[in-house]
Amino acid sequence: MLDADFFRRWMTAAAVSVDREAERLTALDSPIGDADHGANLQRGFRAVTAALEKEAPATPGAVLQLAGRQLISTVGGASGPLYGTLLRRTGKALGDDGEVTEEQLAQALRAGVDGVMALGGAAPGDKTMVDALVPAVDGLATSFGAAAEAAEEGAVATTPLQARKGRASYLGERSIGHQDPGATSSALLIAALVEAAGE
Amino acid sequence: MSETSDKLVGIVLVSHSAAVAESVAELAKGLAGGSTAVPVAPAGGTVDGGLGTSSELVSAAAAAVDRGAGVAVLADLGSAVLTVKALLAEGDELPENTRLVDAPFVEGAVAAVVTASAGADLTAVAAAAAEAYTYRKE
Repeated sequence: MLDADFFRRWMTAAAVSVDREAERLTALDSPIGDADHGANLQRGFRAVTAALEKEAPATPGAVLQLAGRQLISTVGGASGPLYGTLLRRTGKALGDDGEVTEEQLAQALRAGVDGVMALGGAAPGDKTMVDALVPAVDGLATSFGAAAEAAEEGAVATTPLQARKGRASYLGERSIGHQDPGATSSALLIAALVEAAGE
Repeated sequence: MSETSDKLVGIVLVSHSAAVAESVAELAKGLAGGSTAVPVAPAGGTVDGGLGTSSELVSAAAAAVDRGAGVAVLADLGSAVLTVKALLAEGDELPENTRLVDAPFVEGAVAAVVTASAGADLTAVAAAAAEAYTYRKE
């Protein structure tokens, strides 16, 4: 079973990972974006860990909803509302249970990813975070490790795609050949699940 | 035409850039007759003055223009649109009866402010702003 502590560890591991990879995320965002993805997410996840320490929410759902709110209010770029919606919807779907199963998490995360697709209008293949998140949710049916692997593969597979959403889409064919920064950070978020589980 | 009322609809203009939001607010108020009483608030850029969107500035602007007749929010692109949508989904961050209007930013802002200045309700203001899409330039 996964308790609130697990979800706090997940968010903390994600924050550490975003810190470590911030420069790489920004570098990926330079040719096809506005070169702020690393710094934006870094600011957002730092606010998440600070809020979690301060408020210490008692349930998995409350942890993710608080994290989502922080991302919406602190990131400043499109990744704020997108990641914020992902975590908030996932948290809402988890309800008020003090502990949840991995299967519940998989179902809730699917609701979160649906929320992201509804908000941003992106579908798989549009070269966005959805390309890492959809395979990750499928992988969760097996294990956290499988989800992380699937997310990473999904992120790498965005390289040959042409962007159809966001600023990168204005570049048309010139967006081809670059790995999508949002898919890359999504893969980091999913990989942080493995760390939280201590696998 | 919809009902009119003493209370005017408030307009919030959300742009990636503080300068753009402020200038469009000035432009819309100017074209509406300068002395219009319509509450219009810009919410542009990030809190530290950079390019981007601040949910804090959006919430504060919406609260500032809320006169009880609803608030029409116009946004330019990307994170401006997504932030407003995420705040609306949140439920408690914006005044009741706040609506993101699907409209071109500059033309829609002018249409919204002019319509609101006549005392039109939120539905009419939103419709006027959205109608700005139909004005073709070639």
